[in-house]
Amino acid sequence: MRSDPAEFELVAPGSLPAVLSLLAEQPGTWLPIAGGTDVMVLYAAGKLPAGKLVSLWNLPELRRFDVSAREVRIGAAATYTDIRNHAVIGKDFPLLSTAAAWTGSIANQNRGTLGGNIVNASPAADSLPALLVYDADLILTSVRGERRVSYNSFHVSYKKTILAPDELVLSVCLPRRFDGYFAHTRKVGARNAQAISKVCIAALARPNNGIVEDVRIALGSVAPVPLRMSQTEAVIKESALDGATAKRARLAAIEEVRPIDDIRSTVAYRKAVSGNLVEEFLTRMAASPTKA
Amino acid sequence: MTVPRQTCEIFLSINGQQRTICAHPMERLLDVLRHQLALTGAKEGCGEGECGSCSVLIDGVLVNSCLVPILQASGTEITTIEGLAQGTRLHALQKAFLDCGGAQCGICTPGMVLASYHLLSRKPNPTDDEIREFLAGNLCRCTGYAQIIEAVAQAAQPAGAEK
Amino acid sequence: MTPQRIVGTSVPRKEGHDKVTGKAVYIDDMSLPGMLYGATVRSRVPRGNIARISFGAGINWSEFVIVSARDIPGHNCIALITDDQPCLADGVVNHPEEPILLLAHPNQHALTKAVQAVNIGYEPLPPIFTIEASDRQDRIIWGTDNTFKRFLIEKGDVEAVWAKADYIVEGEYTTGAQEQLYIENNGVIASFDPDRGITLWGSLQCPYYVHKALMKLCALPEDKVRVVQTETGGAFGGKEEYPSMIASHAALLAIKSRRPVKIVYDRMEDMAATTKRHPSRTRHRTAVSRDGKILGGEIEFVIDGGAYTTLSPVVLSRGTIHAGGPYYWPSVRIRSRAVATNAPPHGAFRGFGAPQSLFAMERHMDRIAATIGISPVEVRRRNFLKTGQTTTTDQVVNEPIDLNRLLDRGLELAGYDLKKKRFSAENTSTTRRGIGIAAFLHGAGFTGSGERYLASVVGVEGLADGQVRVLVSSTEFGQGTKTVLCQVAAETLGLAYADVAIAQPDTQEVPNSGPTVASRTVMVVGKLVQSAAEGLRQTLITAGLPKDYSREQFREACARYVQQHGTLKSIAKYEAPPGIFWDDEKYRGEAYAAYAWAVYIAQVAVDLITYDVTVDDFVALQEVGRVLHPVLARGQITGGVAQGMGYALYEKVVWENGRMQNGQMTNYIMPTSADLPSIRVHFEELGNIHGAFGAKGIGELPMDGPAPAIVNAVEDALGVRFDRIPLLAEDIFTAVSSAPAAGDARTPQGAR
Repeated sequence: MRSDPAEFELVAPGSLPAVLSLLAEQPGTWLPIAGGTDVMVLYAAGKLPAGKLVSLWNLPELRRFDVSAREVRIGAAATYTDIRNHAVIGKDFPLLSTAAAWTGSIANQNRGTLGGNIVNASPAADSLPALLVYDADLILTSVRGERRVSYNSFHVSYKKTILAPDELVLSVCLPRRFDGYFAHTRKVGARNAQAISKVCIAALARPNNGIVEDVRIALGSVAPVPLRMSQTEAVIKESALDGATAKRARLAAIEEVRPIDDIRSTVAYRKAVSGNLVEEFLTRMAASPTKA
Repeated sequence: MTVPRQTCEIFLSINGQQRTICAHPMERLLDVLRHQLALTGAKEGCGEGECGSCSVLIDGVLVNSCLVPILQASGTEITTIEGLAQGTRLHALQKAFLDCGGAQCGICTPGMVLASYHLLSRKPNPTDDEIREFLAGNLCRCTGYAQIIEAVAQAAQPAGAEK
Repeated sequence: MTPQRIVGTSVPRKEGHDKVTGKAVYIDDMSLPGMLYGATVRSRVPRGNIARISFGAGINWSEFVIVSARDIPGHNCIALITDDQPCLADGVVNHPEEPILLLAHPNQHALTKAVQAVNIGYEPLPPIFTIEASDRQDRIIWGTDNTFKRFLIEKGDVEAVWAKADYIVEGEYTTGAQEQLYIENNGVIASFDPDRGITLWGSLQCPYYVHKALMKLCALPEDKVRVVQTETGGAFGGKEEYPSMIASHAALLAIKSRRPVKIVYDRMEDMAATTKRHPSRTRHRTAVSRDGKILGGEIEFVIDGGAYTTLSPVVLSRGTIHAGGPYYWPSVRIRSRAVATNAPPHGAFRGFGAPQSLFAMERHMDRIAATIGISPVEVRRRNFLKTGQTTTTDQVVNEPIDLNRLLDRGLELAGYDLKKKRFSAENTSTTRRGIGIAAFLHGAGFTGSGERYLASVVGVEGLADGQVRVLVSSTEFGQGTKTVLCQVAAETLGLAYADVAIAQPDTQEVPNSGPTVASRTVMVVGKLVQSAAEGLRQTLITAGLPKDYSREQFREACARYVQQHGTLKSIAKYEAPPGIFWDDEKYRGEAYAAYAWAVYIAQVAVDLITYDVTVDDFVALQEVGRVLHPVLARGQITGGVAQGMGYALYEKVVWENGRMQNGQMTNYIMPTSADLPSIRVHFEELGNIHGAFGAKGIGELPMDGPAPAIVNAVEDALGVRFDRIPLLAEDIFTAVSSAPAAGDARTPQGAR
């Protein structure tokens, strides 16, 4: 344990307005901590830059689910276990449910939050590609009010987001319009559990009479931010759901991703596997009995 | 140069006992358990939430105590390995771990037993695959997991159905 | 012969209750009044002269105990074999993380800051990091030629076979470092008192190794050093020699401060600074006849020892002796070396050289098979050692081991033939299945004259309350030492298992039964426990206890004897069995008193989308002399197989300039419960006259087979050769996606 607790302050104001006031009074001073599964690792390693933390854990305004006909709103401090247990998310947004089950261990799912992962902005986080393909919006909140942004615009560059210093993510909004879509997700890691992904795919498509009418693909761990694969999608959209398209899509994906060599994997591997995963998605969709 | 912060009073319940802790809010639950409360069953194997040897239950939910600041445990009910047996009567899981060889060096055992306890509280009759998935956050270097999975399966069987 | 009631049954683990209730006391669970925490200031360069040491501003250094090489009362070394490893670097460092200074303070957090605030300036010296660089000898970093040790084994006339060979098969096989990854990090507490001397508690395998090291470091006599083993959370060899280092550090701080000092590493420090399995490179050149028989050959086996000698000569020895596998070599030349590099010294890890050389041998057997065009099964059948034949060291196999039959049984258990047929037919473009074999042996106990040199001593005593207590320095760290040795004593004495206890290993209380290594505890120490127990029984019988006594009669007689005589203790000393001959110079003769034999079969699936390997089924079949405790024995095998799978497929140490870069559990990947298949374990028992109740050692055996079996299976699945472990998805991708060189990367068609 390489940090001295005596040098850190942690406050738990207990309500969202109180937290937001604190962030507004001293912007950039208080680091929000929800479940702590990212922050506490840095802390124990002696690498936490902040000395003051404000707790978001279990704030009722942040740990709630709101289901309407149009959308599901997930409170930013909902844990991965909360998400896994939510019946509507399991039915309407299976890519997110599945990603939640892949995130760390059961113990870490019980504490890790969706908002925490979004703000931590690691391109390797398992849930983020799913949010991209589901056209998620984020509601950001501060003392100045709320604003709704497309999640697509949230990540600017590696670990840099559009979140203002006095802002929090309040909730994640998922539109309920993917009924009938073919959904596919896969995570590639160094082992079957508790692995930081080397490549991760979340994909949705709506085939119609052998043509792909709509397609959404996002990959994690292949760029400084979670990557919506728009060029690869362009190759697939309106094309026949066949081997030729799958092959073109694979090559397009290999071109589109921008991975790095790091301690976990290599550029060459990540590129190749990105292509393979996209191809696999299309192949599975073609073989699936539920193509429209 | 940083100024040391104040400690604060935190009320919580440990293994059924109400306690008042005086600690810095960012002290890890693991350290409070081990140093202030002399409950050394929870271990520090990695300090990064990977090995699970620090696992405890907060309000019946499995967490890695090395990742929980003590302030966030305020007002909760904590269960550690020391709270599992009823006096001298071992919990079925503890008996099963003994029968099946689920504990070798024993360092992962407190966390592993609590993780198993948490699993059985949600799935009283898990399949072997479900046991494997659920315990994947608790690393064991000695057993290769085989006899741990058997122990959990044995403890899950209804009384009287034990082999 | 009375049927056995205790040996052979799965009695409860002696210390199991404490382990499942959280009561077991590991070193970091302990505190002493007035205790300080200790920490180590370590080198940040791989090699260099220490130019200056300065203590940064902002720290009140007068609050700290500071120890350097100058504070060492005795010899600045960690006594082991060559004594070249300093306890604290004195003017020069030879590896990253080498200890330079020690600090102690009552507050752990203050200590962490202080370690960061020590500034050390170096004049860098050119380092080397690979076996190849060490071999070039254009930079000498150790001795005159960077070589800690060499061995040469020669049998028969190797030069004559090349001309007779129908095939000459060559191969080079490499293995990487592997971290033991015990879940409990290294830790000790030391206290010093001018009258009593040093007391050291710690997580360790060999109390007497630490005892010897502290005597030399602190210039203290035998009775002024006391070492006590605390409950140890995994070891696997990683706490065989390393604890002498951390113990020495705590002792020096305790001596200087006159306060107890605790040093416990966190995971990052433990991974970066302590020992790992020796990386290796083996080269085979084998003369083979048309019908697949080995005529002879040359084996070159080289291990990377890191910066100091430590145990490399012994690891090299075992790897060298096992290099020929369970096969008959009419002639062979085995040349082996342990070389120096500027990495933290590599050390003991379960298997101790054998997993390295056996990986090569078993991969090479498949290569021989492919070259000649026979199956991996057939090539082994044609070369297995038979009773009456000699090993590479000219040891006669004098037990009725039938390796062909063992292989038959393994193949049947694995469903090998059916699966081979199915896989060829079923393999798709995205999933390729394969099945691979490893056949091997593992010698138990110390090599050759080693056990005689150890001269182990064991005690069994009767207590005033009639209980019996086993006295050994052999330690429990999960493998079941306490349980099995109590079983042995109870069985020998005709008592109940509950009647026998075992003393905590404390050099003040127990004799030196040798280190807890080399799979020797049940076999060698157990046999001594048998003898000592027998001696105790005879003493009581001579004193009047009737020969067919009951438990109660025994207890009464024991209590009475202790009351009358003060103590009741029987000592047994190791005696080398007659007719065991070993030549240390020529490295020839009876290398081990007993070998266990095994056939492991791995079934894998390779996913060509992700290039991941999944082990779908694993059969571990071994002949082990006698199974003394079915649950414990099975636990040794499943645990060892899991570590072997990690060695093959997951555990890569990422090095940069001699330092481990992935020293966290997030990035050093060991298998979770979701990664391992069911491991199917089966035993055979031929007995062993040299082991307690016929047991052979089994602790390390399961480490030897999984890696070659798995890699053989992957080659079977893909038709591509892999000669290096760990074998990661990235490596498979690189091999599968690169254009195959003519005849080189691909296994020739028709080989199956």
